[in-house]
Amino acid sequence: MRESVDHHMMLKKQLASIAGGRLLSGHKRIATGHEGLDAALGGGLARGRVHELFAAEADDGFSAAGFAAMLALRTVGPRAPLFWLRADKAERDGGRLYGPGLIELGGDPDSLVLGQAPDTRALLKCAADAARCPGLGALIVETRGKCPELDLTASRRLALAAEHSGATLFLLRLEAEPVPSAADTRWAIGAAPSRALEANAPGAPTFEIELLRRRSGPAGMRWRLEWNRDRLSFTDPALSGAVVPVSPRRPAAAQLRLSA
Amino acid sequence: MKSALRLAAVDQAARSLGLEPGMPLADARARVPELEAIEHDEAADRAWLERMADGAIRYTPMVALDAPDGLLLDVTGCTHLLGGQRGLAADVEKRMAALGMTVRLAFAGTPRAAHALARYQALPAKDEAAAIKRLPVVALELEPEATQGLLRAGLKSVGELARRPMTSIAARFGSMAVTALRELLGEAAKPIEPRIPQAPIRAERRFAEPVAKTEYALQILSELASEAARQMEERGQGGRRFEALLFRSDGLVRTLHVETSRPSRDPALVLRLMNERLESLADPIDPGFGFDLIRLSVLLTEPLAVAQLRLEGGAVKEAEVAGLIDRLSTRLGRDRVRQLAPQDTHIPEQMQLELPAVEAGKPLANWPQPLAGEPPLRPLHLFDPPQPIEVMAEVPDGPPHRFRWRRKFHEVRRFEGPERIASEWWKRKDGAVDRAGLTRDYYRVEDARGRRFWVFRHGLFEEKPMPQWYLHGLFA
Repeated sequence: MRESVDHHMMLKKQLASIAGGRLLSGHKRIATGHEGLDAALGGGLARGRVHELFAAEADDGFSAAGFAAMLALRTVGPRAPLFWLRADKAERDGGRLYGPGLIELGGDPDSLVLGQAPDTRALLKCAADAARCPGLGALIVETRGKCPELDLTASRRLALAAEHSGATLFLLRLEAEPVPSAADTRWAIGAAPSRALEANAPGAPTFEIELLRRRSGPAGMRWRLEWNRDRLSFTDPALSGAVVPVSPRRPAAAQLRLSA
Repeated sequence: MKSALRLAAVDQAARSLGLEPGMPLADARARVPELEAIEHDEAADRAWLERMADGAIRYTPMVALDAPDGLLLDVTGCTHLLGGQRGLAADVEKRMAALGMTVRLAFAGTPRAAHALARYQALPAKDEAAAIKRLPVVALELEPEATQGLLRAGLKSVGELARRPMTSIAARFGSMAVTALRELLGEAAKPIEPRIPQAPIRAERRFAEPVAKTEYALQILSELASEAARQMEERGQGGRRFEALLFRSDGLVRTLHVETSRPSRDPALVLRLMNERLESLADPIDPGFGFDLIRLSVLLTEPLAVAQLRLEGGAVKEAEVAGLIDRLSTRLGRDRVRQLAPQDTHIPEQMQLELPAVEAGKPLANWPQPLAGEPPLRPLHLFDPPQPIEVMAEVPDGPPHRFRWRRKFHEVRRFEGPERIASEWWKRKDGAVDRAGLTRDYYRVEDARGRRFWVFRHGLFEEKPMPQWYLHGLFA
């Protein structure tokens, strides 16, 4: 009997590794892959909770959105359904979500479901409904502006729904200031210069993140993270090898004739 | 006289005073000073007629509009439900009277004959054939000149005309006259086009006493859903599109449409979606004096085998996510919950289509796959249309050094490019290779703060004197 249980566990592990590695297995924490960050968080971000992501500066909204997408991919793996809910305003100001761009981050556009609500109230209602769905691993909810509808009660409702179903909710709060909420962690995400590739080309996505608040533990730390698409993991840019020297092929910045 | 206001329709009181449709309003006013004229609203009339057509489905599924003022019902094999033609007519008259409508009813073997009898019959006749023969020639509804010609020839009734040889009628009054006559006499058939196509699977319940509570109506709906589910199970099918019709006893019909992303015959799911639809309605369903007929139709079915659960509960999870998509689509509208589908093109903004998620199908093209070790070459957010930016760049085809977007300056620190994307000249209508669209030179650039943009110059200097720069997307 004992043996068969062990066999069963082993089989389960094997299946999980086939289905997308450790990411999918039922760990309580989502490891980011960045050692320092994971150590500080006690293994990673808590699964089945709400995590708030703010833009460090007004222009960093796109970086914060990308960071949310990466965290969601990290949470559920590339093939699992990923819901991204936004309001009409986001579609207007932030542009469309672009499938080929999601592939470039390691995701699969076929598993992306976009929900577009007419206003914040409808958005929050849909978010609560989606967070209650146990089949869903991760959910990104994008809000813009102050959103007075997203008060402590609404936030607690989302947190309870997520806790109950086990879905992890990334609440992207663009153009907003932090207010009291039931989120497990709160982050400020900013873009950071990437490690240049050959010929001074922009490299892998790099972020400067700050832990603004955490329910259980100290906050205020900052990290610099780089996203590795092939491993679907964050890494420390300082540890990922030396900066590639500038190629001699690149035409020097001579003969500058500036056009208007 | 062409632009004069004319009477479009008159009621019985006005007709008895000698007013007729087509009469100039000024003349009518002169005759009847206390005339009450209302502007003719064709759209409202049409909407009202359509509403009555919806209501008439209670008698037969074959209901056609006979615009502007009639409905054609094919009641073949349906009349016994209401006690024969007389019972049906009495029921129609009762309901229409409750709505404040005056109706003229006629039963006939062909739609054309029924149409004419309802409008032009003046005296009762012993049977249908005799009644048709007695109709005036106006009932043929020909051009005014043709009707005039018939009357001048001394042909006053349809019967008189029918006695003449068809060839001579065709020669003198045109082939339309012959067609109309033959249709009226039932010699040529012209089937009616029912307004609502028949649903393959339906379940309905009639009530002797109208149901006045929406909750009870929903309970009935869930029973109907189970009934429909049994019918679908026998055929090995599942429903994708469901429609609930709530017939109010005063003739109004409320329609609830729901759709599922995967074929389903789960009554609970259907009911949950119906509830969702009810909540999202701008005006709540008002049962009024109650519903006396509730019908559930499955408008679209697809094969659905008996479900088998996969290891690790994979199928259960998928079903839950599909259920979530259905709920959100029902609440927000099907166009607001979308999935991306790849397109076979290299023009960046045309590379993806956003399709309603409930319509999910197999994509026709494949997404492009990136090379390992490369940084992202396409942005996560794309602006469509691209946003114009002011750029300082090397002339003619150098990279941007500095640009202004949304009133802010960005200093370019790193860049890669150009990635040249030509226009699809082979898709141009005239096939003009020499007049192809503008070429785009794309650059991935990073500013001093580390924000990564995707910008392009629209046109080469050979193509255009001062090409404009655009920001097309933003990388994470």
